[in-house]
Amino acid sequence: MLLGLYNYWIVVVLMMVGFYIVIAHGNLIKKIVGLSIFQTSVFIFYISMAKVDGGTAPILAEGISQYSNPLPHVLILTAIVVGIATTAVGLALAVRIKEAYGSIEEEEIQKKDNEDC
Amino acid sequence: MLAHLPVLQVIVPLMASPLCLLLTRPRLVWLFTLIVSGLAFLISSLLLQQVMASGTIIYALGGWDAPWGIEYRIDQLNAFLLLIISALSTVVLLAAHTSIRQEIPADRHTLFYILYLLSLAGMLGIVATGDAFNVFVFLEISSLSAYALIALGKDRRALWASYQYLIMGTIGATFILIGIGLMYQMTGTLNMDDLSRRLPEVAHTRTIFTAFAFIIVGVCLKLALFPLHLWLPNAYAYAPSIVTAFFAATATKVAIYLLIRFTFSVFGLSFSFTAVPLQILFVVLGVAGIFVASTAAIYQNNVKHLFAYSSIAQIGYMMVGFSISTATGLMATLLHVFNHALMKSALFLALGAVMYRIGSVQINQFQGLGHQMPYTMAAIVVGGLSLIGVPLTVGFVSKWYLILAAIEKGWWPVAVLILLGSLLAIVYVWRIVEAAYFKPPIAGRDAIKEAPLSFLMPIWILVIANIYFGIDTRLSVGVAQAASQSLFGVSP
Repeated sequence: MLLGLYNYWIVVVLMMVGFYIVIAHGNLIKKIVGLSIFQTSVFIFYISMAKVDGGTAPILAEGISQYSNPLPHVLILTAIVVGIATTAVGLALAVRIKEAYGSIEEEEIQKKDNEDC
Repeated sequence: MLAHLPVLQVIVPLMASPLCLLLTRPRLVWLFTLIVSGLAFLISSLLLQQVMASGTIIYALGGWDAPWGIEYRIDQLNAFLLLIISALSTVVLLAAHTSIRQEIPADRHTLFYILYLLSLAGMLGIVATGDAFNVFVFLEISSLSAYALIALGKDRRALWASYQYLIMGTIGATFILIGIGLMYQMTGTLNMDDLSRRLPEVAHTRTIFTAFAFIIVGVCLKLALFPLHLWLPNAYAYAPSIVTAFFAATATKVAIYLLIRFTFSVFGLSFSFTAVPLQILFVVLGVAGIFVASTAAIYQNNVKHLFAYSSIAQIGYMMVGFSISTATGLMATLLHVFNHALMKSALFLALGAVMYRIGSVQINQFQGLGHQMPYTMAAIVVGGLSLIGVPLTVGFVSKWYLILAAIEKGWWPVAVLILLGSLLAIVYVWRIVEAAYFKPPIAGRDAIKEAPLSFLMPIWILVIANIYFGIDTRLSVGVAQAASQSLFGVSP
């Protein structure tokens, strides 16, 4: 039972690892990496649920009667594109923040902001 | 052509945004964007008319019938939201050319309009679609362009605000994605209408509870419900003025729509409000939000910050109306969505005009502006009165129905708290009025001229709308009532 669902265990572990990095780390790049891991866990989740035991790719062929569900794969292709776009925008912002503040550590940026006020 | 209106609503701004690249002159791009947004407004008016006359419109994208294909489903609720978004986007755009010339470097003007149209298309898409996964895609289209738009602010703090919004927004969107995945796992469908029919069979499972929790938290992050609001004040304060006016009027409203759609249409009233203690949770967070955010607003020195906190408080009012979960309560929420969009876009546009003239929105810079920029300041006063909820303004109408709904439900303390919350609004609005009218002009500063007509025109369109819809409530109340009654399954 537990082992049979190992995909989902991996999903949960990755999700928590990613989420923890986003919350706990002050480095902007590490936060983005955490966010990426967090999103990736969701991709694995979708792909795992599409798998039907003994099913193959959904192509009509003789002797095959059971297919896996292709729809989640398609959905996740979209989600991957979204994930990449998010990472790209996040990293671009980190670059601009580095140029403007001279740092990518959350605490230092916050400190400089407070000085401005 | 008329039959394709639901898809045109989204496709027109989406296709128009890359076309901006072909136009070279900034003024031309602005005109083009304005026309596209105006077209979207026209389409949404036609849609609303059609829906009010003949009921829900169902549009199968590409001719693939639901639940296999993606379906756009326009009922009273969507049509109302589509109208709000496209109308305010158009009015705000009127001032865009003047405003961004001063706030954004010239080489980025085209990019600004591209992002603006993408964001508009995303928001219209979220509202129009009847497919749960499609919601996520459009949510990310509008959010990603929103991050970039906010980062265009000239203060370096805009970058930091945008980054924080990106982190929070992505967590929210991914939560929604997880929730949608769990629902799909249990029901095998993504179509909202189909989901609503299949979910009751599996409603008792833990998976569906988990899905519900993920979606609610994700949406609440997006709508900046207290205490998930931390990204909002800085994002609104440091974004270019036009972007703030646009987002304050539309972005959180779209999230409120999603919340209503998921709880009422997809999960259903009985699951959302009886199986889960959503009511008590939202009424407590809503009221807490009203007081914490209004109090925070009183202590802000940056007026954009002040109104951003006030926005969070207004979201509190909407959540209270939502948590009452009667037809009147939901109607009050919808009315407040409409009315708040009118007030906040007027206020933030007026702040944009102040920014245009004096380059700052610190409250101590407002001294003497009451006489130097009379029309702009009068607009802020009317908008402020509307925020407080003074009769003859739209703010009064929605608070009236909200209190009515609370009393109908027997929630007396909530009604009293709503009134007390309005008193806090008086305080923060008064601070601006005091600075602008009762303090001497700053010594040594040249006389400030009134804002140009390109600012005054949209500002006063919105101000007059604030007063008009406060007196003639047939349109707003009529549509909000029809929408909330259809969600409760009462035939009007």
